Amino acid sequence: MGDRLLVTPPPHVKSAKTVQGIMLDVVIALCPAAIAGIVLFGFRAALIILASVVSAVASEAIYQRAVKKQVTINDFSAVITGLLLALTLPPNVPVWIPVIGAAFAIVVVKQLFGGLGNNFLNPALAARAFLLAAWPLHMTQDWVNPMSYDAATSATPLAGFNATGQTALTFKEMLLGQRLGSIGETCILALLLGGIYLLARDVIDYRTPLGYLGTLAVGTWIFGKPGELFQGNPLSAIFLGGAFIGAFFMATDYVTSPVTPRGRLYMGIGCGLITLVIRLWGGYPEGVTYAILFMNLVTPLIDKYVVPRYYGSGHDKMARKGGGR
Amino acid sequence: MITIIKKMIGGVPVPDKKELSEKAPVEFAGIPDELVLFMSHHIGAPAVPLVKPKDTVKRGQLIAEPQGLVSAALHAPTSGVVKAIEPRFHPVLACMSEAIVIKPDGKHEPVEGLAPKASHLDSLSAEQIRAIAREAGIVGLGGACFPTSAKITPPEDKHLDTYLLNGSECEPYLTADHRVMLEEAEKVIFGFKALMKASGVSRGIVCIEDNKPDAIEAMKQAMSGYDGLELAVLTTRYPRGGEKQLTQAVLGREVPPPPGLPYDVGVLVSNVGTAYALAEAILTGLPLVERVVTVTGEGVAKPSNFKALIGTPVSYLIEKAGGFAGTPGKVIMGGPMMGCALKSLDVPVLKGTTGILVLTKEQAVQEPILPCIKCGKCIDACPLGLQPLWISAYAERGFIEEAESFRAMDCMECGCCAYICPAKRPLVQLIKMAKAEISSRRKARR
Repeated sequence: MGDRLLVTPPPHVKSAKTVQGIMLDVVIALCPAAIAGIVLFGFRAALIILASVVSAVASEAIYQRAVKKQVTINDFSAVITGLLLALTLPPNVPVWIPVIGAAFAIVVVKQLFGGLGNNFLNPALAARAFLLAAWPLHMTQDWVNPMSYDAATSATPLAGFNATGQTALTFKEMLLGQRLGSIGETCILALLLGGIYLLARDVIDYRTPLGYLGTLAVGTWIFGKPGELFQGNPLSAIFLGGAFIGAFFMATDYVTSPVTPRGRLYMGIGCGLITLVIRLWGGYPEGVTYAILFMNLVTPLIDKYVVPRYYGSGHDKMARKGGGR
Repeated sequence: MITIIKKMIGGVPVPDKKELSEKAPVEFAGIPDELVLFMSHHIGAPAVPLVKPKDTVKRGQLIAEPQGLVSAALHAPTSGVVKAIEPRFHPVLACMSEAIVIKPDGKHEPVEGLAPKASHLDSLSAEQIRAIAREAGIVGLGGACFPTSAKITPPEDKHLDTYLLNGSECEPYLTADHRVMLEEAEKVIFGFKALMKASGVSRGIVCIEDNKPDAIEAMKQAMSGYDGLELAVLTTRYPRGGEKQLTQAVLGREVPPPPGLPYDVGVLVSNVGTAYALAEAILTGLPLVERVVTVTGEGVAKPSNFKALIGTPVSYLIEKAGGFAGTPGKVIMGGPMMGCALKSLDVPVLKGTTGILVLTKEQAVQEPILPCIKCGKCIDACPLGLQPLWISAYAERGFIEEAESFRAMDCMECGCCAYICPAKRPLVQLIKMAKAEISSRRKARR
């Protein structure tokens, strides 16, 4: 019977945490925002979400089968990519937009670089940037008026806010998401619910959203009102546009963000600064996509220089100074 | 004086599972049909046999003598005949290793001249205590097996001021130290005072995790008669009892990176079992021939704490604990975080064997290994501030110099990173691989 004993290296007990469980937590955390998007923008939003998720999962399965790799769609990571992409799209885009976008995210951004754990850009955001470059009109004009479900092509409230430092929206409207915007970005309440869930489940580090939204709020407070300092409206800055969904769900993506607690804070601050610069002085109304993508590129550098303090390092420092015991 | 200590760098909250065996009093396991005593129990040079096959031996008789300062003597745990001196499979070194095999006669007859060395510490000098520790073959019983006489004879240039008695027993499941503190608190404190006297240290701190309130109470009682002793109660978190972690948490001092040891910052750390063994050697004259071993786990019928003769087969102890409960999946020598899995139960208890843990078939599953998703949980968990994900990634790809620059050699293999890893990556194994390669390259350079 001895030969039937399992012999593996220690530790012999493992935590209950699994990759699949973490990914499932993120999916659960995105559900309130997805539901809010469907309530606000109607059946159209549901169709976009469905198309994006199905395309992401199918692309992963087809690609992995084609190159004879193990099919890993049951880890839920493709579901997250599909879901995230859909939530960042205007509700009225043609259905082929999320289909192409999700396939691009999975095949080009994720799988071609080695699959889960090896991509250096956030797949959903890289795909969004690609869609924005390829079909700019669809991506900036296919809005839907909340609750009335009429199509709208006017600029989102963020553009006006950036120019004047003011918005006509009430606090309640911003909280509930009653404004033009992407499917999942408008309802702050739903995003906050998901974010708190992720924090409570210890999936994400509070430092990234805190650094991101904090920097954006303080920066907008200082520079947000044209011609005047310290007169900006910090709350509207983080409630309008995609900063909230970006801070909680995209800048916190494990694979493409720093691994140390301090590094994650810098990730958040960096995202906040770039978003601020693009919004206030750049050509686009919104900078969240590019801010996070740029910080994805900086992540290896952060990981190289922002390292934890190792035990006993005080002795090495003393030795270098020529001191020591 | 009692201090309560909560802070700790890294670590993981592992379910401690102490409830399985913590209420079981220590029982003598009995005399098995065969005892296997390795020449290498300890860190350092192997002992050299003094007996030949067919010799009769008595309980407590010296059967192998130490070679050099960092080595330990070996004694016969019971009376009987030397059956053979031959290589046997060493469960921790995982190779064949020379051993003296004794066939007990069942009489358990002590060797002549086995008598108490002293009844009070005042009648012993520091040198005499060190000599007793050396003659009794005492090694650190927490698992590392560093010869105690060498530990309490630190180099002249080290100034020592504090001795920590480690009763934290942070490995889940194990309750041997717990029971020793509860049942033999007086002797443990006596042994601790002996260790302090031998090393010339006047401040002693007893360190216990707060999941053993009855042991804390018993030790507090036993300490009351002595000067210079303090009690530190620490929150339960693995690896609380690592000597570096303890030194940091209790005294706020960090041990220098390897090859640094606690004595570099004026501290010595010994396990409660070691103090108890030294007390036995002084008060009864009995050398280290037996120790308390926890036999536990969901896969064993009656989790127990045994006083087992060194060399007792693992299979014998499991039998004594009521045999297996269901189909065993994995049998571990030591605790679940750092112990080693056994491929056969036909191996003996060593001086450093703290427990035998039996996991059921359902518990012993090999989960698939997924790619690293860079969640960074291993960094948060590492009590030494290392980055296991990078070290292991470099090790896996053969970039040994990079692994070294990420401080692979600092790793104490506590297993926190691999415990927490959601991708179930064998982080400790990969880091160990890198360490072995770095060591062999360093040797080659010399």
